[in-house]
Amino acid sequence: MFYGVDLTSRLMLGTAQYPSPAVLLEAIEASGAEIITVSLRREGAAGTAFRNILSESRCRLLPNTAGCHTAREAVTTARMAREVFGTSWIKLEVIGHADTLQPDPFALVEAARVLCAEGFEVFPYTTEDLIVGEKLLEAGCKVLMPWGAPIGSGQGLRNPEGLRTMRAHFTGVPLVVDAGIGAPSQAAQAMEMGLDAILLNTAVAKAVDPATMARAFGRAIQAGRDAFEAGLMPRRDMACASTPVFGLAELA
Amino acid sequence: MIHSVLGEGVAALCCATALSDRGLDVEVIVPEGSSEAASRFAGGMLAPFCEGESAPDLIVAQGQAAVDWWAAHVPGVTKRGTLVVAPPRDGAELDRFARATQQHDWVVPGDLEPDLEGRFARGLFFPTEAHLDPRKALASLRDSLLAKGVTFRSVTPRGYVVDCRGLTARDSLADLRGVRGEMLIVHAPDVSLTRPVRLLHPRFPCYVVPRDGDRYMIGATMVESARPGPVTARAAMELLSAAYTLHPGFAEAEILELGAGLRPSFPDNIPAVRHVGGRSYVNGMYRHGFLMAPVCAEQLAAELAEIYAHAD
Repeated sequence: MFYGVDLTSRLMLGTAQYPSPAVLLEAIEASGAEIITVSLRREGAAGTAFRNILSESRCRLLPNTAGCHTAREAVTTARMAREVFGTSWIKLEVIGHADTLQPDPFALVEAARVLCAEGFEVFPYTTEDLIVGEKLLEAGCKVLMPWGAPIGSGQGLRNPEGLRTMRAHFTGVPLVVDAGIGAPSQAAQAMEMGLDAILLNTAVAKAVDPATMARAFGRAIQAGRDAFEAGLMPRRDMACASTPVFGLAELA
Repeated sequence: MIHSVLGEGVAALCCATALSDRGLDVEVIVPEGSSEAASRFAGGMLAPFCEGESAPDLIVAQGQAAVDWWAAHVPGVTKRGTLVVAPPRDGAELDRFARATQQHDWVVPGDLEPDLEGRFARGLFFPTEAHLDPRKALASLRDSLLAKGVTFRSVTPRGYVVDCRGLTARDSLADLRGVRGEMLIVHAPDVSLTRPVRLLHPRFPCYVVPRDGDRYMIGATMVESARPGPVTARAAMELLSAAYTLHPGFAEAEILELGAGLRPSFPDNIPAVRHVGGRSYVNGMYRHGFLMAPVCAEQLAAELAEIYAHAD
């Protein structure tokens, strides 16, 4: 599914903002996630103790470039992440705007080109823009991570039609909705649309009970995927009774 | 038998005090070249209910003892509660905070702190909470210990070791990690706040704790890193802009101090008493030092006193 790695769970979990590393591990366990993201920009090399705890989860680590605002910064952080974590996976995030934390598509494509050429397996955090998506694939990315809504906003899928178009346009390219998911129902909605996976953090980390929320998301994502595979019924304008109206028993 | 308490932070001084309160012989050992205790950079908020926003119920339940403990041992414990506010567009954060905590009332912030009048339409008030000045409180514990004849030395411990060395104890507590915290102390005569105020923000939360002489402590970042260096520009910018959002008078404040420390923390972020390898450890204070050190210290003192009672 992602760079030759097949997974059972379609949920990826961020690791920031939890009440404690112990609660984080419980949440990962409850969610069933097999991939967790981890940041490096602010914590730096001295964040070893926290990263050692993360390794107890036995999840595959997806380091990110969170907090980077230029292509150069993101490339440097990615290289450092490869050294620290020993993986060529990188979730590429280049922030273009401090308030909306929306990706800078120009710097993103530039950084993706450099990193793909260096053998990185890049997961780019992007918008639902098709042309940016094409440029990222052209740069060598084999996964796209469109946003649902701005990071941490919990707004869900702001532009479901745009994501639907993206799904139709990029057949066969794994699409992960990253950011903005606030409720399990929103995650299920994305999965029903045929998107491949969900990456989220705040909705679980900041829940009053993170582990239970993590479980709720894990189940909703599985439910959404099952529904997609089972084939959802089409919407109809008129009622269509599921039982025949003739021959009803007279019970009075 | 004498008890040798290792360390000079809040855990050490609370332990020495609790042991001495029970009539046990105590000495305090501050090893040469020990790094500055993280407690120096603490906010000094005794706020078990606010902490319940992210801390487990155990902290909320046990931390409530802290106010009385401190009031019984040091002067300067101010019981004026905690006020929690959020900028209008982050009102949802306030609702979340209310959901996650207990023992609060909805208030109009300006009614409690006239300086905030018109700035925030609503806030949460935690009336039973308190605050103190951590450095003064520690100095005062130290003075009381000295007055009781407790010695402070830097040489080899003579008795049963109660190890409160904070992050330095990583040499024997493998699961101890540092969580970096950065803070500022400012002199802001244009601002008048009488109790700790927490400003909620999805990315840059901050709290402001009043100290004497128009000084305010502004804190604090939480970074999963054991980097010991000075405060970063980013942390200072974030904390100062959050303080400015709380009250524009902070723009004219003089920065008296920028400080960074490493909070010794266990994986569950819960302070603990442990007995390992023939000594006792009181550690992992995380961000709950002033709240939980008295609780841990009393627990340890009770356990040790119990052992001696049976030994007699």
